[in-house]
Order: sequence, then structure tokens, then C-alpha cells
Amino acid sequence: MNSELRFRDPKLARELAATLKRLVGEIGRPVAVMHVCGSHEQAIAKFGLRSLFPKGLEVIMGPGCPVCVTDTPEVDEGVLLARQGVRIATFGDMLKVPGTVQSLADAQASGGKLEIVYSPKQAVDIARKTSDEVVFFATGFETTAVATAAVILDDPPKNFSILSAHKYIPPVMEIVAEMPESRIEGFLAAGHAATITGWAVFEPFVERHGVPVVVAGFEPIDILAGLVELVQLIRDRKPAVKNMFPRCVTREGNLAAQQQLWRVFRPLGGRWRGIAHVPNGNLRLRDEFAHVDARKRFTIDLPSLWDYAPPQLARQCICGDIMAGIRNPRDCTLFNKECVPENPIGACMVSNEGTCKIWHLYGGVPDLAEVNG
Amino acid sequence: MLEVDGWTAIVDFWGVKKQVLLNIVDEPVAPGDYILNHVGFAIRRIPPEAVAETLALYEELLKDGVDDLMASDVRGEVEGTS
Repeated sequence: MNSELRFRDPKLARELAATLKRLVGEIGRPVAVMHVCGSHEQAIAKFGLRSLFPKGLEVIMGPGCPVCVTDTPEVDEGVLLARQGVRIATFGDMLKVPGTVQSLADAQASGGKLEIVYSPKQAVDIARKTSDEVVFFATGFETTAVATAAVILDDPPKNFSILSAHKYIPPVMEIVAEMPESRIEGFLAAGHAATITGWAVFEPFVERHGVPVVVAGFEPIDILAGLVELVQLIRDRKPAVKNMFPRCVTREGNLAAQQQLWRVFRPLGGRWRGIAHVPNGNLRLRDEFAHVDARKRFTIDLPSLWDYAPPQLARQCICGDIMAGIRNPRDCTLFNKECVPENPIGACMVSNEGTCKIWHLYGGVPDLAEVNG
Repeated sequence: MLEVDGWTAIVDFWGVKKQVLLNIVDEPVAPGDYILNHVGFAIRRIPPEAVAETLALYEELLKDGVDDLMASDVRGEVEGTS
């Protein structure tokens, strides 16, 4: 078999699933683990992996969707810039994320200029072709922030700047681990982010909280193998970091990328939507890059929006609890009723990496083990 | 990876050709290499031997923590249901 296809091999998947079942059985009580990556949830849903997970194993999606944790005031900043006539370039997922009054899509409908890009590089290309001010509304975790850093260091045109809503994953794992309601006994860390940061970045976390962390890739076999390793560490009460994605992740990570990331950005505390204030959880531009910082270049009058109360329905949204792993979309009274992708109430129904959107697309969480008795 | 020209490269994604930037890749790349792509940037050159190593690691998992007899039992069970 082609080696790429081996990462989707059904026979290997069944063997790993049987091993997983045996390990959870050996532990003899329900076990909950969390992954912190929208791409993991997509693969789990797309390949129906939940039907392979043993009954006693709960795999919860944590705050791993960067669009979902982009806070309301950050969306408001983008909306206010669009209203000033600035051309906003951003990822497609951001358009329907609710702000206090408007989403970016609403701002576009009332005349704002909006460009959808899939790479920060495209935003720079747009700026080169226009005399308009172009602001790249930058969302994403450290993996994406590295790409933003690279375009900033590559001499972008004078009419280009950045509105950074980039977020940094390691600090939010601390928050989730410290939540009093948390039942999480282990974390599956995202392979893309660890490709940049290296797996050693999780060592202090493991030491502090005494829970294991396993770095895993995004193919079905990568995820199953990661879970087997994680459950094994839980069974053996061995809090450690294990790298199950060695074809991409090393101990030190991508040093060239890290150097560019930390030259451009500094970590700063800030709110993640629905989660909490996360110390060092936001990535903001260093003062040296003030000339490309949209927050410095433009006047953004945020309080002008704050006279508006958020819509009634938004208060019922439980996105925050879902991302903290305390509840799931089926616990939400809005899920698949008032809140659908065409008319999302909360951010988790907006993004392709949001738990609610993924469960909506793939029919919730098919528990085939239950169906089959 | 099909072509490399300075900081840009043309990459074949399962039959779709796309441009990828090389500003942040961890080591030099050449045509024929595999890379991990994120938002249009190569973030890792995947060494060819690493793929086989990963697969060997996964096979190892099936044996770990149990003696061979039990592992073959698990395998038997799986075979039986497939």
C-alpha cells in the first residue's frame, strides 16, 4: 500500500481501536480526554472515528477553533475599520462571526469592502494592486501567526497593516486544566502547532498539572494512535509528553519559524470568547512593528458600539462551556434550531472548525456503538 | 514539491498544483520533497524515512503493554470482526 494511504488503513484503524478499548477497559472507569484542534475534530467527524471509540472514552473538543475564540470586541474592531472604508482581508470563516452589533458580513452588506483570503500572502498581493488601505484581520493560532510574521518581515507595501487576533495555545490549556469542573485526564495536542513550537513546549504544563500530553497528526490513524498512547499514559499514571507525530514534530520545533514569530509578536493577556481571560493567550505586534499595526494606524472607537446590548438569543449560547469541555452541542437549546450555519447565534456554529458546525454537518455525534447495542 | 524558485515553490497537492512560500520552512527543500503546508507556507520538510518510522511506531503500539500472546489475541479478535 502507498505509504500515504497507510495513514487511513481500515485494518490498522480497527486494531488500534481494539487496543484502545482494551486499555480503557483496564482503567475500569470512564475517561475524558481533550483535543485542542479544529482539524482533529474535523477528521474525527469526517472519518466517523467516534464510532470506533470505546464507550468509556470521551474525546472532547477544547478551545481549538481560532475563529470561535476570537472575541466580540476583536470582531467589532474589524467591523469599525470596514465602516471607515478600509479594505478588510480575512479568512472566510470570520465573516459570520457575531460582533456586538454587526458581523463582517453585515458590514459588507452595508457597503464595507471585504476580501476573503486563504493566506496572509494573498492579503499582501491585494494591497499591492490597490491604493486603498488594506488591513489583514489575522486570526489563527501560532501556526498561522508564523505566516503573518513572515509577510510582515518581507517588506509589505505601505498601505498594508495587520489587525491581530492571533492566539497562542499553550496558555489556554492551563486555563482548561485549572477549571474546577474539568474532568480532563489528558490532552491531545495539535501536530501543526507543535511543528512550529516543538513538543518540549508542553513539558512545564505536564509538570505543573500532572496530566499527560500527546502530540498527534491529522490522519485517522494518527489520531487513533495518539489516543492509544494517551490512554496508556493515563492507565500507567505517567504524566509525560509523547510525540506521536515524529514525521513533522521535533523536540525543538521549527526554529526559523519561532524566531520570526517572536520577533514580530509578543504574548499579551486577553479574553478568548466564551472561555476566560487568558494570560499570555493573545499575540500582539511588538512596538517595533507599530507601522503595520492597524490598532496604531487607525482610530478604532470601540465604545461607540457598546451601547448596544447583545441579542437575547446570544445569551443562551453555551459555546464557552462546549469549548471548555463541560457541555456538548446536544446540551444547547439553540443547537440545530435557532442556531444553524446559515444563521449562527454563536461562533462555534460559524467556523468550519467549530464543534457545533462540525456536529451539524456530520449529523451530530453518531454513537454507533449504542445503535448496535 | 515540483519546482523551487527562490522563496516560492510549486507543489502538487494530490493532483492540484499550488504555489507555496518557503520563508519559514525548517530546512532547504528540493523538487521531489514532501512538505507540510499551512496557509500557503511550507512549515516542515518531511524526511522520506520519517513516514516509515511513524508507521513502525504505530505498529509498536499494538504490542505495547501486553505480551505477544495477548496482542495476537487482539489481532485475532479484529480479524474475526472484519
